[in-house]
Amino acid sequence: MSDAPASAYDMSHADEAMERRTLAVMVDNEPGVLARVVGLFSARGYNIDSLTVAEVDDTRHRSRITIVTYGTPHMLEQIEAQLLRLVPVGRVVDITKSKRGVERELALVKVAGTGDKRVEALRIAEIFRANVIDTTNESFVFELTGASDKIDQFVALMKPLGLVELSRTGVLSIKRGKEKG
Amino acid sequence: MDDASPIKSDAAEMTGAEIVITALKAQGVEVMFGYPGGAVLPIYDALFEEDSIRHVLVRHEQGAGHAAEGYARSTGKPGVALVTSGPGATNMVTPIADAMMDSIPMVVITGQVPSHLIGTDAFQECDTVGITRCCAKHNYLVTDVSELARTIHEAFHVATSGRPGPVVIDIPKDIQFASGPYHGPESVNRPTYKPATTPKPGRIAEAIALMAQAKRPVFYTGGGVINSGPEASKLLRDLQAATGFPVTSTLMGLGAFPASHPDWLGMLGMHGSYEANSAMHDCDLMICVGARFDDRVTGRIDAFSPGSKKIHIDIDPSSINKIVRADVPIIADCAAALQALLDTWKAGGHKPKALTGWKAEIDGWRARNCFGYAPDKNGIRPQYAVERLYELTKDRDAYITTEVGQHQMWAAQFYHFEEPNRWMTSGGLGTMGYGLPAAIGVQAAHKDALVIDIAGEASVQMVMQEMSTAVQHDLPIKVFILNNQWMGMVRQWQELLHGERYSHSYSEALPDFVGLAKAYGGHGIHCDDPAKLDAAIMEMIDTPKPVLFDCRVTAEENCLPMIPSGAAHNEMILGEIVGDEIGEAGKTLV
Repeated sequence: MSDAPASAYDMSHADEAMERRTLAVMVDNEPGVLARVVGLFSARGYNIDSLTVAEVDDTRHRSRITIVTYGTPHMLEQIEAQLLRLVPVGRVVDITKSKRGVERELALVKVAGTGDKRVEALRIAEIFRANVIDTTNESFVFELTGASDKIDQFVALMKPLGLVELSRTGVLSIKRGKEKG
Repeated sequence: MDDASPIKSDAAEMTGAEIVITALKAQGVEVMFGYPGGAVLPIYDALFEEDSIRHVLVRHEQGAGHAAEGYARSTGKPGVALVTSGPGATNMVTPIADAMMDSIPMVVITGQVPSHLIGTDAFQECDTVGITRCCAKHNYLVTDVSELARTIHEAFHVATSGRPGPVVIDIPKDIQFASGPYHGPESVNRPTYKPATTPKPGRIAEAIALMAQAKRPVFYTGGGVINSGPEASKLLRDLQAATGFPVTSTLMGLGAFPASHPDWLGMLGMHGSYEANSAMHDCDLMICVGARFDDRVTGRIDAFSPGSKKIHIDIDPSSINKIVRADVPIIADCAAALQALLDTWKAGGHKPKALTGWKAEIDGWRARNCFGYAPDKNGIRPQYAVERLYELTKDRDAYITTEVGQHQMWAAQFYHFEEPNRWMTSGGLGTMGYGLPAAIGVQAAHKDALVIDIAGEASVQMVMQEMSTAVQHDLPIKVFILNNQWMGMVRQWQELLHGERYSHSYSEALPDFVGLAKAYGGHGIHCDDPAKLDAAIMEMIDTPKPVLFDCRVTAEENCLPMIPSGAAHNEMILGEIVGDEIGEAGKTLV
């Protein structure tokens, strides 16, 4: 420990390494619930890498919010506890920590080009098992599903071939096996 | 109800406004604080001929909120406030944030512009749920009259259960006029909200094992003990008697343990006692009951109680490990946890510990007499003023509220409490202007009690208009102003941190408080002579109407002892401030 910390009330636990986590947050689907979750992250200085939300149970009106966040273990423990303080939040599942999670993301990738570059883009798309969902003489829109790093890799390869625009869903996750998350 | 009704329900139909009043009555609400306006007129209309709920009309919506807080803290019941849309709601934001920080159960009903105007920047429209989302425990915008009754009952449930807090219900005007079914409290159904209240037996056993071995233990108790109800205070006393451990408390927890007890260490923290802070620093076991390791309590966190194991009891799991790592976390209601600890301690055959060495050390710290001050024949020292106020009121049915600043700390140091729910102060948010309206709320709940707001002349002017409320509603509160003509705590920090450059902390013009009291229809008292102070305080006590007491105190008194910002518990300033106590890092802190 250094002699002079930046602040005597310093709670950053800066000596701890940052970790990335995927959290599945089960909430009552009611007006404002997303604002509560997002507001909590901004008010307390937590990070959001990606966030997806949709209703997953239309009889009980439950939504599943998947948040990819990062922080020190101390911060991550607080994020979970603070989320659970919110009245509409039922459960928070740390998908990463469970080690049994699968994560997928969907991306729509627009690539424009002609000639060799166009052929090469289509060839790489086949390797990545991306679907072509729109085409013109000078462009493709690819649809690609996979783990985030697979999409990152695909996007990196498309850049020199004429990447125009990218749209990603953010991470979705679920636990393996027969049990509920 | 029409038997042929297609709706399968025995619910009575009524207007939204009537549903509000019916639900409040079902929740046992006897008093509410509010201010009417366009968007709540239907509710006010329903209140017009309602005798079972007393409505206290304030002069500013902030006053309604703090009054509701004072009512809640002194009764243990939720405080209720009713205000209009737009500015009514925004004026209520400070009390909502205040109640959130201090975990005070409060239900705030705000009017909203009619549904079809929401989002059009209508007259007196504001996004009340958006504004209060981050400073309330929960909030609702009611969009369907058939959901109104259930929403109100759920709001009370959320406000009062788990870690208590403020809940806001925003009701558009058309919903207040619309007809819908009334449902009772049993309609609440919120499976996602179920705060844990019972401790895990394994954790209790771990705690008892640590307590049995401790040589230098201390109880560090907080507002959670008060919030848990009178039973928790009783159990704290029982557990202390069964263990013999000394007790300190946060500002918010004063009264849970009797100040007259020989094992009472006084309040801890920035302006706490030397013995309490020294015991916290040197203890080998800290049992935190319903407190949250606030920065005003811990001081420098990396030097906080370095040699102790820590048991942390809190009903809010997010409090555990938030600031200080707990060796034994116990997530439970304070009363349930204290009961379990007491039962297990006794079942294990443990007896009260003598702790001779530890208590001798504590007595050594106590002997420093950290709150000592020199008597002054020429002027009233603020410490002396609170000390005399205490002596002359302690045997009465007294409730104390405060504003925020030096006077608040002197009140905490020199007024002593034997029972819970007698001390109302803004701890977390530190809201100047809390005390006078809070006193109104307390007095509304305790008609014959002696309710005193120990105030500063700067704070109290933020809410002075509420004297008019006190007069109108026959609430004979006593506002005891320690008038030093400075924003005392600001002045003290400027002396300490900013080279005695007193930037804008001196009130060049003050009202004649005696004349002001008269103008409001109350009674004014002025005193600047220590020899006449007792008689003046007695005059205040004996006056059966609201009193403004202008107690002129020595102007440049510092509030000591003090743990300077960024310092540890064992680095208290006890005597005079020299000027170099605070390092560069400390100066940047609040």
